[in-house]
Amino acid sequence: MTLEAVLVVAAALFAVGLYGALSQQVIVMVMMGLELMINGVLLAAGGFWWFLAPAPSGQVLLLVILAAMTVEMAMGFAIATLLHRRRGTDMTDMAQELSQ
Amino acid sequence: MLIGIAFWVLAVIAVATGLAVFVVNSMARATYALAVSFIAVGVQILLLQQNYLGLITILMMVMEMAVMAVYMVMFMGMNPALMPMDMTHGKKTAIATSVGVFVLLAGGALLIPWPQRRGSPPADLTHALGLEIMGEKMLVMAVVGAVMVATIVAGVVLASHRTRYDRFGDDLRHRRVNDAQPGGGKQ
Amino acid sequence: MTDSGLVTVSAGWAVVAGAILCSLAVFAIALDTGLTARAQGARGGWTTIAGRFARLLRQRRRTTVAADTMLWRAGGVGMFIGAFFMVAVIPLGQWTLADLDVGVVWLNTIDVLVWALVWLTGWGANSTYSLIGGYRFLAHGLAYELPLMFALVAPAIAAGSLNVGAVAAAQDDDLWFVVWMPVAFLIYLIGVMGFSVWGPFAAAVATDITGGAGTELSAVDRLVFHAGRYLFLAAGAAFSVPLFLGGGAGPWLPDWTWVLIKTLAVLAVLVWSRRKIPLMRPDRFMTIGWTLLLPAIVVQDLVVSVLVVWKG
Repeated sequence: MTLEAVLVVAAALFAVGLYGALSQQVIVMVMMGLELMINGVLLAAGGFWWFLAPAPSGQVLLLVILAAMTVEMAMGFAIATLLHRRRGTDMTDMAQELSQ
Repeated sequence: MLIGIAFWVLAVIAVATGLAVFVVNSMARATYALAVSFIAVGVQILLLQQNYLGLITILMMVMEMAVMAVYMVMFMGMNPALMPMDMTHGKKTAIATSVGVFVLLAGGALLIPWPQRRGSPPADLTHALGLEIMGEKMLVMAVVGAVMVATIVAGVVLASHRTRYDRFGDDLRHRRVNDAQPGGGKQ
Repeated sequence: MTDSGLVTVSAGWAVVAGAILCSLAVFAIALDTGLTARAQGARGGWTTIAGRFARLLRQRRRTTVAADTMLWRAGGVGMFIGAFFMVAVIPLGQWTLADLDVGVVWLNTIDVLVWALVWLTGWGANSTYSLIGGYRFLAHGLAYELPLMFALVAPAIAAGSLNVGAVAAAQDDDLWFVVWMPVAFLIYLIGVMGFSVWGPFAAAVATDITGGAGTELSAVDRLVFHAGRYLFLAAGAAFSVPLFLGGGAGPWLPDWTWVLIKTLAVLAVLVWSRRKIPLMRPDRFMTIGWTLLLPAIVVQDLVVSVLVVWKG
């Protein structure tokens, strides 16, 4: 287990997540893609911390990543619920007005 | 050696289940594939000697995926009968982009001459982390706390379609709440 | 702070720990069966346990149309093995299998897995009542989990450590935590009943939905799922000993016997209380959990923190 190995695995997770976030039409699936990307970031941060600078302050970054993940989930669910109620849809293509 | 093997086994599990999320036909399987991916990464973080963060990653993500599964079923209306589906757009661009990003990131990871390790980890990391977020890095956690509260409020505002006027009447004086589904407090 | 004076035994002793946990679960089953028999005016009852085990073991598996067998089995098997992971960090006197520095978080992590496992058991069968059971459990989970988390915080604050052995050691020459944090203890027990799908939280497997998440389970699947509930109940009772009841502290007898005695006592209370507390409707309990238990436990944590600071 080396830093390079950890980073390559993290990059793979990030890329898979990116594919999902770009290609999926359903909002919940897009969120799963985003989650997977953050999963990779989390692993990379853990690797950097352990192999480069194992000081306690670095751990705060991982906590922030976890917090970002929860915020993303909560807002994603809220918007998905709103769209579902208003439009009866959960597809990103039908939420064009969000981009305007 | 043993840790190295464990790491690579977990790496394969994490990436394979991550891919499975976008391949399998069942919503429940997709959600729990992601949960397994998170558990594998959590255990890898445990291998990197960060017990507290590894465990709370597993804790939070399993909980999140349990809730996620409910949303999946609610919005997608799938059953376990493994209905075939392909709800994607721009698949080729997405694949090209993500492969490109992977090559870029992995290449960077392998080619960049990483510096030597500075310092050594504290004896009791969890304790040190606690002191850190209650000391020097308190501002970070204070901001995160405020953001969390804002998220809760915003989430409720976006998701709920009934206000307190719907529940307690125009003068907010109804004793019994007018709810279709009880459980929202004050019944 | 990880130095808690515990002896970490070799992994082979896991077999013994597993056997103890199974014995505790069998004790819980026997007690429950005996109480049921007595309530119906019969005697004994616990003699039927072996027969019930054997019947489930040799029963033929039923299956349903288009069941998601993989997830279904994962749920049942996970329920069975989860509790064994949980007890790995509980010190039996001075011995422990894993002296994990964040043992309290470990308990919390395993108990959250139950959310997924019960829902998967409910989902996999592709049956309506079964799925309703799974949803009921998630609704209960949303209400009991946060109070449970804050209840686990209280002993950790008082001991200044997340290590289970250190939490037990902190009560050695002091009051047991149950004395000065009774609310946390009570809410912890509620949480234990919650993640064991037991007593007031058995709505997910209740008879009004013909057994809920366990409706379609048969044969060995049924055995492992329901045995898992008893195992979790036993593991939760065992965990309350180092967290709140002073660990192995007690007169005359060696400390490991005290751990077992206290565990049996807590387990007996949990089993007995099943027929004393009504079943909680998930929607009702949502209100109780968020408007009563959560504020109560936050105040409890505050009181504990202030006391800890005040004592220095």
